[in-house]
Amino acid sequence: MNTATLTSALGAIVPEAAPAHPASAARCEATPAKESDMASSTPTQTAAPAPTAEPGTPFGERAGQFFRAVIPPCLGFAFVIGLWALVAMSSADFPGPAKTFDAAVTLFSDPFYRNGPNDQGIGWNILSSLKRVAVGFGVAALVGIPMGFIIGRFAFMNSMLEPIISILRPVSPLAWLPIGLMVFKAADPASTWTIFICSIWPMILNTAQGVQRVPQDYLNVARVLNLSEFKIITKILLPSVLPYMLTGIRLSIGTAWLVIVAAEMLTGGVGIGFWVWDEWNNLKVEHIIIAIFVIGIVGLLLEQLLLLIARRFSYGTN
Amino acid sequence: MNAIVKVENVGMVFETKKGRFVALKDVNLQIRSGEVVSLIGHSGCGKSTLLNLIAGLTLPTSGVMLCSGREIAGPGPERAVVFQNHSLLPWLSCFENVYLAVERVFGAKEGKARLKERTAAALEMVHMTHAAQKMPHEISGGMKQRIGIARAFAMEPKILLMDEPFGALDALTRASLQDELIGVMEKTGATVVMVTHDVDEAVLLSDRVVMMTNGPAATIGEILEVKLDKPRDRLALAHDPHFAECRGAILEFLYQKQMKKAA
Ligand SMILES: Nc1ncnc2c1ncn2[C@@H]1O[C@H](COP(=O)(O)OP(=O)(O)OP(=O)(O)O)[C@@H](O)[C@H]1O
Ligand SMILES: [Mg+2]
Repeated sequence: MNTATLTSALGAIVPEAAPAHPASAARCEATPAKESDMASSTPTQTAAPAPTAEPGTPFGERAGQFFRAVIPPCLGFAFVIGLWALVAMSSADFPGPAKTFDAAVTLFSDPFYRNGPNDQGIGWNILSSLKRVAVGFGVAALVGIPMGFIIGRFAFMNSMLEPIISILRPVSPLAWLPIGLMVFKAADPASTWTIFICSIWPMILNTAQGVQRVPQDYLNVARVLNLSEFKIITKILLPSVLPYMLTGIRLSIGTAWLVIVAAEMLTGGVGIGFWVWDEWNNLKVEHIIIAIFVIGIVGLLLEQLLLLIARRFSYGTN
Repeated sequence: MNAIVKVENVGMVFETKKGRFVALKDVNLQIRSGEVVSLIGHSGCGKSTLLNLIAGLTLPTSGVMLCSGREIAGPGPERAVVFQNHSLLPWLSCFENVYLAVERVFGAKEGKARLKERTAAALEMVHMTHAAQKMPHEISGGMKQRIGIARAFAMEPKILLMDEPFGALDALTRASLQDELIGVMEKTGATVVMVTHDVDEAVLLSDRVVMMTNGPAATIGEILEVKLDKPRDRLALAHDPHFAECRGAILEFLYQKQMKKAA
């Protein structure tokens, strides 16, 4: 069935999004560095538009800058929409951009209605998916970050847990869904459970990486000053692990948002994934296309939000 | 003679993948209170290793290390270290970096206001008051090194250990920091052990220059007393015959007796 192929395809995507353990070394290392690059490049980016405001700048140059920033993305969208319209014209079932747009307008004019458990506005569906992600993800952070600290700090724990994590990490979180259903005897906590499972690996691994990579220089400073364990944790370990932790959080929220759609398709209830499946059963293909855009935009916003937080906590390269 | 640090028959062997590597062998050295000692020698001879042993960051594989009559079992705030790469914590401002050290050493006995005064005084000493609230990445390499020195001096250590404190700096900055250091050492009467690559720096700053032989199994080759009055002035010394003599002796040791074959 369709569901089966969809799930297996997702299974292939998920491990890629989460860091592979040995290969992640380079990746995890690169990511905080990249973030600090971004942080340091922000001033230049914000500085760039400043000359635009200067009265001396000729109008032509200002317009040129504006067009260079706006034209290529617009062209990209126009191209995709054009292609879409062409494909839709040659197919009877496939709705074109105009039809989809009309459907979107009706859909978003009343996003928060409730006609029984299986017929609710798209707003509710998005919110319930976000709620599941938030809960599963939050619990994963509560468990995963301390575990990452323990694994990073104690070599014994590392060699004890590493093989287990290496085996469990590549498993698609959807494989854990039946276990969740069995344990919780309800659909809703079961999909939250899959989110927990997929979020916890990047969290553990990145935090552990961060702890293992606390520069020896800083630890030497701590030793020479003879700092208390509390000061070592608050003044040295936490701040230097934070960028790695945020990378883990960002990787896991991306994965979580991928997985929730698939999990909800399987469990039903209220949620954007279930909604997609329901609209497929109703043969409202234009709603599925809208859902694809909505899922993409929400995922992008989540990612941007976390990037913003990460930037706030990245220190200049020293 | 009151030796604050005693290094007796110390050897240091590293266990490496290729087997045992004898870095230091039979090192004997006594450092008097208030004395400034430089360690000089070719790259890789074991200067940092010896300094880290005095700091207690590593422990010797043989021999005895004493500080004020007690065996050195680990690092401690009475032996402050200025690291070669400054090692300021990037998430703390310059003030907070120094304050962290001050709080650790004096926090038990003194109030917050006094600790802040001490921090401010240390920054003042290296002329960095204006940068107190800046973050380390916002200041230059030379300024960072000055904060590192302020942090070490603020702890009022018995001994100050410096591993090539100016190694990463350009010649002009280096000279001005050397002058600053001369002033600070004069004011505090600190005992200093300093690793350096620079012959002029060794003569200018120290009472004794400890010259190390090439590794492996490096040891102390010669010790030179620098009998120049303090405080010293770099311009006046340029024509001082004793300065030239000391310089000559070190150069001769490094480039004739311990000539290093090109690797
Ligand atoms: N942890 C270690 N494990 C193995 N060998 C080491 C270790 N630390 C130092 N060595 C070796 O000991 C020798 C002395 O090293 P050390 O860092 O003390 O040299 P150095 O005199 O400070 O050199 P430089 O002037 O280049 O800093 C070198 O050959 C080095 O390879
Ligand atoms: Mg060295």
